[in-house]
Amino acid sequence: MAISVAAKKPPVAVLRFKKIFKDKGKLRGFIAVMGFFLLWQAGSMGLFPFMKAIPTPVIVIQVFWDFLYQPVYWQSWMESFLRVAYGFIAAQIIGIPLGLGMGWNRNFKDFTYPLFELMRPIPPLAWVPVSILFWPTNETSIAFITFIGAFFTIVLNVLGGVSSIPKELVNSAVSFGASPRQIFWRIVLPATIPSIATGMMVGIGITWNVVIAAEMIAGNAGLGRLTWEAYLAGHTAGIIVGMVSIGVAGFVSSYAVKIISDWLMPWKKIF
Amino acid sequence: MPDKSENANGNTASPKGELEIRNIEKIFRIPGCEATMALKDCSLTVERGKLTVLVGPSGCGKTTLANIIAGYDTPTSGQVMLDGTPTRSASPDRIMVFQETALWPWMTVKKNVTFGPSVIGGITQSEAEKKAMGLLEKVGLVEFSDNYPAQLSGGMQRRAELCRALLMEPKVMILDEPFRGLDVMTRELMQEYLLKLYGETGLTMFFITSEIDEALFLADRIMVMTQLPGTIKTIVEVDLPRPREFSVTASEAYAKHKAKVMDSLYEEGLKSFGQLEGGGRECTYNPAVTS
Repeated sequence: MAISVAAKKPPVAVLRFKKIFKDKGKLRGFIAVMGFFLLWQAGSMGLFPFMKAIPTPVIVIQVFWDFLYQPVYWQSWMESFLRVAYGFIAAQIIGIPLGLGMGWNRNFKDFTYPLFELMRPIPPLAWVPVSILFWPTNETSIAFITFIGAFFTIVLNVLGGVSSIPKELVNSAVSFGASPRQIFWRIVLPATIPSIATGMMVGIGITWNVVIAAEMIAGNAGLGRLTWEAYLAGHTAGIIVGMVSIGVAGFVSSYAVKIISDWLMPWKKIF
Repeated sequence: MPDKSENANGNTASPKGELEIRNIEKIFRIPGCEATMALKDCSLTVERGKLTVLVGPSGCGKTTLANIIAGYDTPTSGQVMLDGTPTRSASPDRIMVFQETALWPWMTVKKNVTFGPSVIGGITQSEAEKKAMGLLEKVGLVEFSDNYPAQLSGGMQRRAELCRALLMEPKVMILDEPFRGLDVMTRELMQEYLLKLYGETGLTMFFITSEIDEALFLADRIMVMTQLPGTIKTIVEVDLPRPREFSVTASEAYAKHKAKVMDSLYEEGLKSFGQLEGGGRECTYNPAVTS
């Protein structure tokens, strides 16, 4: 059955290209992305009247390159990242124990849950004015608002996680002689980790939403502020650079959270 | 604590216990529903070192009874006696193997099996691990001892769970339809594994199932349970020789016992379809409910 094929090999670049796009799905995605940039280019060059104020992708890339050499750009990254980190970490430190407590202790839940549900529907941005009154500096106000953004989500997820632990997992631990303390640390807490991870994942997304909006309203620095100031200055390419940067920042943070959750749950990433 | 650790140690005279259930009654009161009597005047004895099987139609209160024996639920009236003393909350002398796998997904197989000793102490972790590996070897799971439960097939998970229970050397081992949901082949293999382990340990076992063949193959004694409210209807002594192999299912004695259990169970099965009087269902009018 062995048939030797002595065909001439195509150049390496073509081979590599073929290899990447052997997967039809990837090829389709590639076409869509290229199509988007082509349409943008054509639109900005006059094809779509509503886009006439928007610079072409080529100009945006040039401007982006210039931004990369400006310290103020990286400072904006730093500012926003720190705000997200403070709010997000505070929300985990306060929210996770609170959710666990509410799920673990009926009395504690009876006390706290109604108040929690009363506050939860208030959108984080509605806290902006009060937050400015509460806190001495703009910086703490913004961190507080990002905290609010992640806090309710994480508490709700942890509470849901504790409540949905299969009864058998706890019951059998009781049978095997575990004390309530051992059940909490060795059964309830690990069983809740997947819900904590979900809460963190959703929470980090909300945190970025909130921090950008808060910076536009009350900030004096950060990626949100950078974008807003570009708008005020009529610097349209700068607006787009800001938008893209925020997108990248959100992506990087989500990825970091994913790495942390995978590390917390070795039993989940096994196949 | 020391009385608990003795089980894991295995240094008590005999780990085998005798379980006696006296006139248990269980009524569930759900708001907005008619109160349901799940168990009524239910009495039975699980003899020391014997494998007693409880058979009954689905929804007859078998799991309720198992939960009461294990100590996860309390009877409305009646008592569960273990070696002559009334039982209280769940404890390592009554270990339950559940319908769905109850292995802790974040622990490896070895950690699951040694969980008991690790919380109650009594023996060192290395001793516990040695014992665990011995048990896992018997069921062919040694090479999977560092895997997580999700990496195991259904049958392997059930075997690991048997090991976890056996390591505790409980006075009574309660198995609540442990092989439900497994395919026929795996199920038969699991039954053979169980008989092998039972033969080696001689622990008192209380096995719950809705499958007649499973009951006959495993049991020293079969108890047939009635429809809701559940109580013991018939007791069939299964005097088939041990160790048993599957060829036993072709014997005449097997057929005779099977007919006996079938007759009794068939009648109850009909009731559950409401074809005979007295078929009680949850949340519907139940003439048996008096209070």
